[in-house]
Amino acid sequence: MKQYLNLFISFLKIGAFTLGGGYIMIPLIEKEVVKKRKWINKDEFAEMLALAQSAPGPIAVNTAVFVGYKIKGTKGMIATVLGTVIPSFTIIIFIAIFFAEFENSKTIERIFCGIRPAVVALIAVPAINMLKNNNFKIHVTAIAAVSAIAVWLLNISPVSVIIIAGLCAIIYNTFISKRY
Amino acid sequence: MVFVQLFITFFKIGLFGFGGGYAMLSMIQHEVVEVHQWLGIKEFTDIVAISQSTPGPIAINCATYIGYTAAGGSISGSIIATFAVCLPSVIIMLAVCKFFLAFGKNKYFSAALAGMMPAATGLVAAAALMLMNSHNFVDYKSIIICAAAFVLSYFFKTGIIKIIIFSGILGYVLF
Repeated sequence: MKQYLNLFISFLKIGAFTLGGGYIMIPLIEKEVVKKRKWINKDEFAEMLALAQSAPGPIAVNTAVFVGYKIKGTKGMIATVLGTVIPSFTIIIFIAIFFAEFENSKTIERIFCGIRPAVVALIAVPAINMLKNNNFKIHVTAIAAVSAIAVWLLNISPVSVIIIAGLCAIIYNTFISKRY
Repeated sequence: MVFVQLFITFFKIGLFGFGGGYAMLSMIQHEVVEVHQWLGIKEFTDIVAISQSTPGPIAINCATYIGYTAAGGSISGSIIATFAVCLPSVIIMLAVCKFFLAFGKNKYFSAALAGMMPAATGLVAAAALMLMNSHNFVDYKSIIICAAAFVLSYFFKTGIIKIIIFSGILGYVLF
C-alpha cells in the first residue's frame, strides 16, 4: 500500500509543479524516479523516455504509465496516472468555474485581448525550437512546412496529416531510400 | 450526446497526438472549434493561455477545460474528455510494456516516425498560424504584444507565466 501511495505522491508532485508541458517535466521526473526513489536506473529511464516520446499522447502520461506499470503493475499504473492528472484537473476546474462567472466582464476581456496575441508567440517559439533541435535539416523543415500549410491554409485535418506523413515515410524509407 | 462526442473526439486526439502537447493543440482546435464548434476561436485562445500558464500537461489542461465548457459547465464533461485523451496513452504504453518493448526499434515504426515527428512540428506551427487571425489581433497593438512576447520567450527565455501576466497588464492598459 505504501508503495502505491509513494508512486501516487511522486507523480502528484510532478503534475502539480511543472509548467509548460511534457518536455519541461522530464528532468523533474528523472530526479524523482531515478535519483530520489531509485525505482528505475538511468539506462532504463533513457530507454523509457525514447518510447514515451515516440508513442502518441501527452509525454507525461506516457511516462507515468511506464513507471507505474514497471514498479507495481496495473494498480501502480493507475496510481501514477491519477497522480499526474489530478493536479491539472483540479486547478482547471476551479479556473473554469471562476471564468464562467466573469464571462462578460469588460476587465477580463481587456486582459485577454492582450494575452491572445502573446499566446501565438508562445506557440511559435516551441515550433522554432523543435526545428532548431533538428539543426533545421532540410527534409525535416520541408515536411514541417508542408504539414503546417496543409492544416493552416488547406484546412486538412491534423490527424490526416499525421497519418499521411507516417505512410509516406514508411514508403520512402523502406522502398526508396532503404534507410531502415 | 455531447458526452459521446467529447469521448470520441478526445480519444482520437490522444491516439494521433504524436510529438506531445503542443502538436496536439492544432488537432484540438480543428476538432473543437471547426468540426464541433463547441468554442469560438477567442475562447479557445483563452483556454490555451490558461493551459500554458497552469501546471501539468497542456493536453490534459485543455481537455479538462474544453470538456467543462462544451458540456455547458459540467464536471462530467471534464472527466470524460480528460479520461478519453489519456486512454490511448494508457492502452498503447501498457501494450508496449507487456508485449513489445522493442517496438521503438521496429523498422516500419521507426520509418513512420521519421515522417510523423517533422509533421508534428508542422502542426505546432499550424497551431500558431491558425490563431493569427482578426479575432485575436485587433489592431497594431496586438502585433506589438505578439512581437514583444516572441522576443522575450525566444531570445531572453522569459517564463511563460511572466509573459502572460505582462501581456495581460498591457491588454488592460491598451485596450
